[in-house]
Amino acid sequence: MSRSTIDTVRTDDRSGTSREVLGANALRPDGAAKVKGEFAFSSDMWAQNMLWGGTLRSPHPRARIVSIDVSAAWRIAGVETVVTADDVPGQLTYGLISEDQPVFARGEVRYMGEPIAAVAADHPETCRRALAAIAVEWEVLPALVDPETAIAGGFDPIHPDGNVIRHQRIIRGDTSATGAIVVEGTYELGMQDQAFLGTEAALAVPDHDGGGVEVYIATQWLHEDRKQMAKCLALPEDKVRLVLGGVGGAFGAREDISLQVHTALLALRTGRPVKMQYGREESFFGHVHRHPATIWMRHHATDSGEIVKIEARFVFDGGAYASTSSAVLINGVTHAQGPYRCDNAVVDGWAVRTNNPPCGAMRGFGVVQACFAHEGQMDKIAAAAGLDPVEVRLRNAMRTGDRLITGQVVESVAPVERCIRETAALPMPSPLPDRPDALLMPGGSGLTADRHHIRRGVGWGVSIKNIMYSEGFDDFSTARCVLADGVVTLKFATSEVGQGFVTLAPQIARSVLGVDDVVLDTIDTGVGSAGSTSASRQTWMSGGAVDGACRLVRERLFEHVGRAHGVDPLRLVIEDTDVVDSMGSLRVPVGEASAGLRIDETFEHHHRPTEELDENGQGNCHVAFAFVAHRAVVDVDPELGLVKVVQVATAQDVGRALNPLSVVGQIEGGIAQGLGLAVMEEIIVDNGRVRNPSFTDYLLPTALDAPEVIATLVEEHEPQAPLGAKGVGEPPCISVTPAIVAAIRDAIGRDLARVPVRPQDICF
Amino acid sequence: MNEHYTLRVNGVERDVCDSWIGESLLYVLRERLDLPGAKGACEQGECGSCTVFVDGAAVCSCLVLAASAVDAEIATVEGLNPDGTLTDVQEAFVREGAVQCGFCTPGLVMAVHHLLDAEPEPSDLQVKEALSGNICRCTGYGRIFAAVDAVIARRRDAAR
Amino acid sequence: MPVLIPRSLDVAVEMASSHPDAHILAGGTDLMVEVNFNHRKPETVLALRHVDELRGWTIDAATRTVHIGSAVPFSEMEHGALSEALPALAEAARTVGSPQIRAAGTIGGNLGTCSPAGDSLPVLAAMEATVHLRSTSGERAMPFAEFMTGPKRNARRGDEIITGVSMPIADGWQGYAKVGVRNAMVISVASACLALQSTGPRLALGSVGPVIIRCHDAEALVADRPGAVDAALAAEFGRLAAAASSPIDDHRSTAAYRRHAVSVLAGRLLQRGTARP
Ligand SMILES: Cc1cc2nc3c(=O)[nH]c(=O)nc-3n(C[C@H](O)[C@H](O)[C@H](O)COP(=O)(O)OP(=O)(O)OC[C@H]3O[C@@H](n4cnc5c(N)ncnc54)[C@H](O)[C@@H]3O)c2cc1C
Ligand code: FES
Ligand code: FES
Repeated sequence: MSRSTIDTVRTDDRSGTSREVLGANALRPDGAAKVKGEFAFSSDMWAQNMLWGGTLRSPHPRARIVSIDVSAAWRIAGVETVVTADDVPGQLTYGLISEDQPVFARGEVRYMGEPIAAVAADHPETCRRALAAIAVEWEVLPALVDPETAIAGGFDPIHPDGNVIRHQRIIRGDTSATGAIVVEGTYELGMQDQAFLGTEAALAVPDHDGGGVEVYIATQWLHEDRKQMAKCLALPEDKVRLVLGGVGGAFGAREDISLQVHTALLALRTGRPVKMQYGREESFFGHVHRHPATIWMRHHATDSGEIVKIEARFVFDGGAYASTSSAVLINGVTHAQGPYRCDNAVVDGWAVRTNNPPCGAMRGFGVVQACFAHEGQMDKIAAAAGLDPVEVRLRNAMRTGDRLITGQVVESVAPVERCIRETAALPMPSPLPDRPDALLMPGGSGLTADRHHIRRGVGWGVSIKNIMYSEGFDDFSTARCVLADGVVTLKFATSEVGQGFVTLAPQIARSVLGVDDVVLDTIDTGVGSAGSTSASRQTWMSGGAVDGACRLVRERLFEHVGRAHGVDPLRLVIEDTDVVDSMGSLRVPVGEASAGLRIDETFEHHHRPTEELDENGQGNCHVAFAFVAHRAVVDVDPELGLVKVVQVATAQDVGRALNPLSVVGQIEGGIAQGLGLAVMEEIIVDNGRVRNPSFTDYLLPTALDAPEVIATLVEEHEPQAPLGAKGVGEPPCISVTPAIVAAIRDAIGRDLARVPVRPQDICF
Repeated sequence: MNEHYTLRVNGVERDVCDSWIGESLLYVLRERLDLPGAKGACEQGECGSCTVFVDGAAVCSCLVLAASAVDAEIATVEGLNPDGTLTDVQEAFVREGAVQCGFCTPGLVMAVHHLLDAEPEPSDLQVKEALSGNICRCTGYGRIFAAVDAVIARRRDAAR
Repeated sequence: MPVLIPRSLDVAVEMASSHPDAHILAGGTDLMVEVNFNHRKPETVLALRHVDELRGWTIDAATRTVHIGSAVPFSEMEHGALSEALPALAEAARTVGSPQIRAAGTIGGNLGTCSPAGDSLPVLAAMEATVHLRSTSGERAMPFAEFMTGPKRNARRGDEIITGVSMPIADGWQGYAKVGVRNAMVISVASACLALQSTGPRLALGSVGPVIIRCHDAEALVADRPGAVDAALAAEFGRLAAAASSPIDDHRSTAAYRRHAVSVLAGRLLQRGTARP
């Protein structure tokens, strides 16, 4: 039987050698362990004499805790300890940007699912019974759930820090400018969940003397966790040692603390190892989500469709605690223009506190929201100017050297036009056959549709995404490289969450040092911080750190070889696996050259500094940018409102593809997540209550929902980046959402202003 | 917490002692029998990470009451290749980039083996339908389909 | 021994009567979710996996009836002779969860749970199936319409085991359609089964009321009209179906959408069933 190819992504190896160097489709070093089920995720950790931990959570979005009585829980056989806010030895609150979130609620709970107490016991079932035995007396308080009420000041502060987390405006150019075309819209995004598959899990092992703790944890940023944990546990940082437990995906949800302090506290209190693991329902309450947002935009454009001015107002619902809301807000407002030139802007943005679930980092970080709005607007400009969606975007496409509405000059490589043109050049899918298999149509095996019910649509989305941290944050990463007897050992604290840094780091070492054997040391806090695995930053930052450390080692190796052979070290280079005199005949294999040596170097990579925005939103607040274009083709059953995404074509600005296979994995995975936001994924919150905290009702794309993906990698080496490569993690999931929605609009001929698009939004 | 019974896992009789009656097969495999290959990501049959074979059927071990599986043949990812090498499916997953975080991977490997044992030349829609109970949040499935394709092609070549 | 594993129906029935508190376990795809989520804490479980009498199905050519044992999993209904005898049941079975769920989940469990979203149930309603129950006091048989009494409620007594269902072989076109917000593995938001039996058309709706809803008005509309159906008639058929439904708003959908969806599904099924190839 012949098979059609499921997709046609280009994954050619670009290394030109069989060695797993930069540019090669190097394979994951943890791949074999993962396919065999031997890879130890944090949930697989186990220790002798281990206890299980469990967390009691608030059933109310907002309530006063009148009393907590834990005595009945203590009496259950097998329960070893019960802790509440009274047992937190150090600081009672934590947080990434502002420390406003209690370890355990005290006095008042501010969201449904907020932790109140924790237990440690001999069996998960004992934990469940103990939690059920804790008696809490509540006085339910009215909940603040409407962000506009928070902005208007119409509600007493629900937190000592107030109900507005941050407000930022951007004023640029001629605020009274206008154009022949004026289009506006109000766009809304529901709350998306990262829904990593490996739920939160940790194993905490107390030191014998009780003076410290070692924690195996799935996280995005070991050192930041440690800093926050040490404060809450009242321990010096060196008494809190963190080791990365295998991470089952992250997507932003592991940037904030979840069970870290709780698990460590239980272990320290009982003097025994404690394991905590959230079930799926608890996971929905245990981490922050993507901010729901409402965005109003009004674009002024010339009659030929060139943008003259943008006006916008962003409202991000941050939920009960600040998390990274203030940074998400800045990302949103500073990306209001999208990848398009614009000289004049009036933008206003709010991130507010409510009694809804706390929101924070998720892949795309504020830009997903902005992009959904600006891409809806671009299609409106196109319609008004009589242009097609590609033409309007080409006419406005940003280039290197253009200024953003923050006044910052885009110094990054900015191949926006090329991304659009290359995407447009990718083949369209074949039309739906006359007698299609039901699985090809919206509704699938539900047999809801016949061929003639289906309409096809095409839509576009293009985006710009800042990469790395912004606003003056001193962002750096550390790596240590040891070369001994031809073997390189790398040590870093970079969280491997599935993205493939463990594949990339050895590729770098092989390219720089000409070795083949690269050993990765444990990822833990035994080396300097790597910063977070987020903001598409690790290839650049930790890649830069590994590259820097390897270069320092290479320098010393060359000095050694130079001395031994009487050659000027500056003439030495690495060729393949040899040290070679570029002006002479010397050629020594690296293994031989490093025999008996041990060269040990550590390097910190910092990116260039950034600035905070001023009160008018002006300033060089971002480091660099990456761009991508998406074209989506959908089949829609307009009468039932069901959608099948047929194909997504994309050309992505990657700088340089260091591992094309990994890049493609990020592209396809990001597209699936953007598809989820477009048509199915939403945490439904009703008056502060989460209605669907399960995989039965929070729907993720399945194998039958995934579209055919055709991708082209646009490689223009980024001069600012240590390896010429831009981060590739976030861009794939940003403009695909508006592209899919635009395709649905195209199929049904109607406006849609909210994601996820629900069947009733299409058919009524 | 006083259930005692024996399970036959990967051809070996394994005693389970002092357990709670409500424990799922997933829990017992992972926490009592030191077989953590099956993963739990939902405990409600929605993700497929916990897929194992019970009497030859691929099922979600989170939905099997362990104590009721006493005389069944249970097979887990750990038993696929007892000699420690990779099966063709496992090998293809690594080569084709089908693994990112890897949390879904053991369940998917089991599902793919099950599919290809029953249907050596499935169409791409058959592949998708057969894997629709295994959620992967990282890959968007593209490289997983590529891995399945690679195995089909390799087995076809080997059969020639 | 709190997990009881009888090897025959007689023993199972004895056990059910001597352990009235026992939770009956078939495929576990509903029961175990409740256990894992702490909604049920069983002390005793009666597992049916080794009761062979419940695991088979028969097609009786003489009486033109199909009997399906309660422990038959959905995967067995998707293909083969059973699917030819009852195409709508095969279509419904194929929409249940994922391959893993269909390999474990049984029709008896679907009846035991009796969710209005249970996918086999509209087929049983349309085919006017009989549900068979057994206890130490004997056998009971009742029409499905009497068996299902409300959302997740049925007429089974605590000591009874559902032994199976029986219904006529399809002798005319039949089909099932189900709307969910994903292209696979999704709980029904609205569903419909249309069976054009020789004795008359029958339409049943799922997920749009506390029980499965039979649409007698819609059936009457097309009862005496053989041949192709035009768009207007299909629309009227759908309108009558929607009128019979009584859906609710919940986190999966809205009442208005569900009402609309069953009208569309009913109309499309009618056109599909009456289309000339
Ligand atoms: C991920 C997932 C997806 C699902 N998707 C669908 C779907 O799309 N459509 C759908 O209809 N259902 C779906 N379900 C629900 C479930 O699979 C079905 O209801 C199935 O029919 C239950 O059968 P079971 O054998 O697993 O039942 P069990 O869980 O074993 O039992 C269910 C109930 O019935 C009782 N019971 C079972 N057998 C008998 C008997 N012989 N006599 C008396 N009582 C009995 C049990 O005590 C229990 O209360 C899904 C479930 C999961 C986990
Ligand atoms: S854990 Fe069993 S299906 Fe998700
Ligand atoms: S690889 Fe992470 S869930 Fe599949």
